[in-house]
Amino acid sequence: MKAYVKSVLDANDRLDGRKFEDSREIEVSYGVSNKAEGSARVKIGKTEVIAGVKMDVGTPYGDSPNRGNLMVGAERLPVANPEFLPGPPNPAAIELARIVDRGIRESGMIDMEKLCIRKGELVWNIIIDIYPMNDDGNLIDASALAAVAALRNAVFPKLVEDKVQWGEFTENKVPLKFIPLTLTVSKIGKHLILDVNKEEEEAVETRLSVSVSEKGNVHAMQKGGEAGLSIEESDKAIGMVIDALSKLRKDLKWN
Amino acid sequence: MAYEKRFDGRKFDEVREMEAKIGIIERADGSAMFRTGKTIAIAAVYGPRGVFPSFLQNPKKGRLKCTYDLLSFSVTERKRPGPSRRSTEISMVTEHSLAPVLDMTKYSYAGIDLYVYITQADAGTRAAGINAASLALADAGIPMKDLITSIAVGKVSDKIAVDLDKAEEDHEDGATDLPMAMSTRTGEITLLQMDGNMTRAEIKEALEMGKKACEGIKKVQIEALKAKYNGGNKK
Repeated sequence: MKAYVKSVLDANDRLDGRKFEDSREIEVSYGVSNKAEGSARVKIGKTEVIAGVKMDVGTPYGDSPNRGNLMVGAERLPVANPEFLPGPPNPAAIELARIVDRGIRESGMIDMEKLCIRKGELVWNIIIDIYPMNDDGNLIDASALAAVAALRNAVFPKLVEDKVQWGEFTENKVPLKFIPLTLTVSKIGKHLILDVNKEEEEAVETRLSVSVSEKGNVHAMQKGGEAGLSIEESDKAIGMVIDALSKLRKDLKWN
Repeated sequence: MAYEKRFDGRKFDEVREMEAKIGIIERADGSAMFRTGKTIAIAAVYGPRGVFPSFLQNPKKGRLKCTYDLLSFSVTERKRPGPSRRSTEISMVTEHSLAPVLDMTKYSYAGIDLYVYITQADAGTRAAGINAASLALADAGIPMKDLITSIAVGKVSDKIAVDLDKAEEDHEDGATDLPMAMSTRTGEITLLQMDGNMTRAEIKEALEMGKKACEGIKKVQIEALKAKYNGGNKK
């Protein structure tokens, strides 16, 4: 199968006829759980990921007394892929969560200072959890988009005398400054392609995930896989992501 | 405010003082220390040896397993011992950074265990760790196509720089960390991560700077190997 995937790419084609720089169809919907402060479902082709935001209050870290906290977790649930096993997050799940986390954190997407309730004493914690539902390749991009969509959808719960009133929501949205989006370029043979499906993913030698803000600045990158990438290829991959994201931003109509 | 002069007086493309030493742990099959400025990493290799549990054995190729961590007292605020999400991820990317120069098909069923620990941290720990790891693998006599060299490049305030120290990472205007590793013989990047804010053009410039730095670091690595194997392993 790997050799076949490669031969198709060598003929300048893909298994499903897409161009190298094309994503599958992307669909975003909201309201996965009415208990969550925010939630979203993202489908990229047949790949499906849900993400939810829960919020809580707590004490801030010593080095950021006037800022709230962000935590991102991901579990590769055994429902999504026959190879996923139950149990605590393995390195692949941890990497997935950390790629999503850095895209959000490093872009300054959330206005953390507005999450401060009383400096040094009480701040909001935002916890995002990501669950793949169906893995048909490219969980990273689907997860990153689901997390960002869930944040866009999130509202504060009610707070009375420093206690969160669970299940009671306000209309106040979580304060966001930017919308960072993340896409992954995969290398198979000498080809760089976006949004691999499952068959293509099995042939991937290395990949580069890139998080980009509205301005086109890069805020986070992560190379995965056991093969190398030249400086020229890295640069080309970043360019592919920037171009594809300007198209995706138009399609999402979020701005 | 622009960053005109580096806190420690270095040029923007200048790495910190570096030192490498081979064979620091007698029991290990291979070991090395790598220091850049005040960041110190040690690495030990055990193997090829049996893999347990046995279902992890692979008849087609050996298993490279890397464990990276900070020692509890290597950082200002004590690091709780045991794996964290950060160390789990760095262990994995360290493994991947070394894989392209190793031919694990020679070690069917067997495993090579690589342990990397930071004894003193002043930024750039994963790069120092990979530099030490690469030397420890060479010291263990594992056939390698090249030594892997690693460096953290990035941006401090408005300037592209190599080998940021902690004071630079904490610059009030913000800093971008872009750790990379390379096989300088082929020009292949084998580790690439980034956190911060840079443009595509700046990233390219930083990668080129990092490549030059890696070429210099490789000399330090080779000198260290020669210091131990002076004449002993000549062809």
